[in-house]
Amino acid sequence: MALVLLLAAAALPFVVSNYRVFQLTMVLIYAIALLGLNILTGYNGQISLGHGAFYAIGAYVTAILMDQYGVPYWLCIPAAGAVCLLAGFLFGLPALRLEGVYLALATFALGVALPQLLKYKHLEAWTGGVQGITLIKPDPPLDSILGLKLNPDRWLYLFTLAVMVFMFVLGWNLLRGRVGRALIAIRDHPIAASTMGIDNALYKSLAFGVSAMFTGVAGALGAVAVAFVAPDSFTIFLSISFVVGMVVGGLASISGAIWGALFIQFIPNVADQVSKAAPWAIYGALMIAFMYVMPTGIAGALRLAWRRLQRRTGRGSQAAP
Amino acid sequence: MDAFLHQVFAGLATGGIYASLALALVMIHNATRLVNFAQGEMAMFSTYLCWTMLQAGWPYWIAFVATVVLAFVLGIAIERIVIRPVERAPVLTAVVVFIGLLLILNSLAGWIYTYTIKSFPSPFPSKAPFGLTMVSAHELGAIGVTLVVLLLVYLFFRFTPLGLAMRAAAQNPDSSRLVGIRVGWMLALGWGLAAAIGATAGMMVAPIVFLDPNMMTGVILYAFAAALMGGIDSPGGAVAGGFIVGVLENLVGAYLIGTELKLTVALVLIVGVLVVKPAGLFGRVIVQRVRGRSRAWKPSPPPNSRRSRPPRSREACAAGRSAGRSWRSSCCSPPPPCPSW
Repeated sequence: MALVLLLAAAALPFVVSNYRVFQLTMVLIYAIALLGLNILTGYNGQISLGHGAFYAIGAYVTAILMDQYGVPYWLCIPAAGAVCLLAGFLFGLPALRLEGVYLALATFALGVALPQLLKYKHLEAWTGGVQGITLIKPDPPLDSILGLKLNPDRWLYLFTLAVMVFMFVLGWNLLRGRVGRALIAIRDHPIAASTMGIDNALYKSLAFGVSAMFTGVAGALGAVAVAFVAPDSFTIFLSISFVVGMVVGGLASISGAIWGALFIQFIPNVADQVSKAAPWAIYGALMIAFMYVMPTGIAGALRLAWRRLQRRTGRGSQAAP
Repeated sequence: MDAFLHQVFAGLATGGIYASLALALVMIHNATRLVNFAQGEMAMFSTYLCWTMLQAGWPYWIAFVATVVLAFVLGIAIERIVIRPVERAPVLTAVVVFIGLLLILNSLAGWIYTYTIKSFPSPFPSKAPFGLTMVSAHELGAIGVTLVVLLLVYLFFRFTPLGLAMRAAAQNPDSSRLVGIRVGWMLALGWGLAAAIGATAGMMVAPIVFLDPNMMTGVILYAFAAALMGGIDSPGGAVAGGFIVGVLENLVGAYLIGTELKLTVALVLIVGVLVVKPAGLFGRVIVQRVRGRSRAWKPSPPPNSRRSRPPRSREACAAGRSAGRSWRSSCCSPPPPCPSW
């Protein structure tokens, strides 16, 4: 089942237009970022309203490495991940003292502050100031694969897909085992968790670090895919979008990250088509509507539907013989 | 020295506006455990309504009162229609609904009134009274209006039966329902009041920042910071926090680093304060006990008590309250702490 889905996803760029391929690449990138945020907020219960900052750090690390040092793009991605892991871990240490809305404010401050810092004139030599940095889209290493023609967009999509699968397997492995159980225990009951021998401080700051790493990798891929970074593409609105995507997709759910990414990538376009005058009003209304209908997110609703279906078919098969 | 005092007064004027909005945030938080992200946009929308009335030729103060009343009604309507369905939903679900509300209000304002920046009149004379030079009349007026609003809110909660009922509904919904208080309507009233307070803040800040759909973005951020700095469950703290943040913001901007990084430095300072005092300057420290069952997804009230202060008797509580303590110092039965999220 998973393999079929994967093959379908890999075949997708060869049947749709280049612009759609780019949009789908962004969906994959957002999915990685949302999974990162979900590790922190969904599984560990620490609210972050500033994950756009880590996305921006990842993007800028990549852009600076590519632009100033000529590092190939595929090497930049682990580098961006490592930098963000460290940044997230360090930010997680003071954040240990804060909870709930207070933590939300601290991360919000981070999300607001970072774009301003990127514009700061003493860092301009590195960041390019307000103008940002323009990159060159990488060429595909092969002209064609299995007789299908590759172009930069398609190649980037496949590359992103591979990274995403890798990150999702990594996340899945992390969350289903000891570490995942420890994170959930801390979310549900910090005191009980520490009496069970879980080092709360370590796990919480590690969750911050790992979450930042996922988002940083997404940011790095985003920089390569868009081929341009500027402070204004990483405003607080990006962070808010991440939170919206995570909640709409489904908290504490790995597949929810993909649904959420689809939502934040495509629903604004839909809203724009519905009403040119006030597209964001439509977007907001859709957001509220989604929450009314599916308070546990798309993934939660699907899980519920699946369980109901199973129960019904189970009863049906028992009644049949 | 003159310049310094001028900065302080300007800070107090904007601080008063932050204080009003922060108070609105705290009111909604105390009633529902939620931080209303759309508070600023609600205030912005009310200010536009006031602008419409002024364009129609109404005198300022009549338009002012009409706007406050209208904002009150709209606040109730929003609670009844939009917020009620997610009252019992997980906190982040409610947060997304608030964000949706924010986008809707912002976009509607842009659609109806366009995004061009409009000037908004100040009701106060252009020259300051008593020949003061370091403070403008509007700043003095804004401080005055803020203080009047705060006093009214205090008197309302402290001395009217309705105010008492609202406090009771916020503190202990179940018991309040048993004694015949309509808790749902009390929450709606709280929203209405918060919206009305926000509307006055919007009308006071509009002459300074000018009127456009995004005028509240910076203001609500500082108000949010002010509320948290004072402690999100403490109304007095929110007001103090508002003035502190206002003065801090102005002084930092004027003397340390210029306007470019003003927001950043102010926020970093506030977060610094929070790291030292995680429940805010005046907030209650909540001590939590381990209970048998997880309360992860439902905001049910776990037992908790004030650190270093055993639960007091009802009489002691009443005594404490009549001794003029803050109008929602909840010593009998502390409200549930902010659920894990």
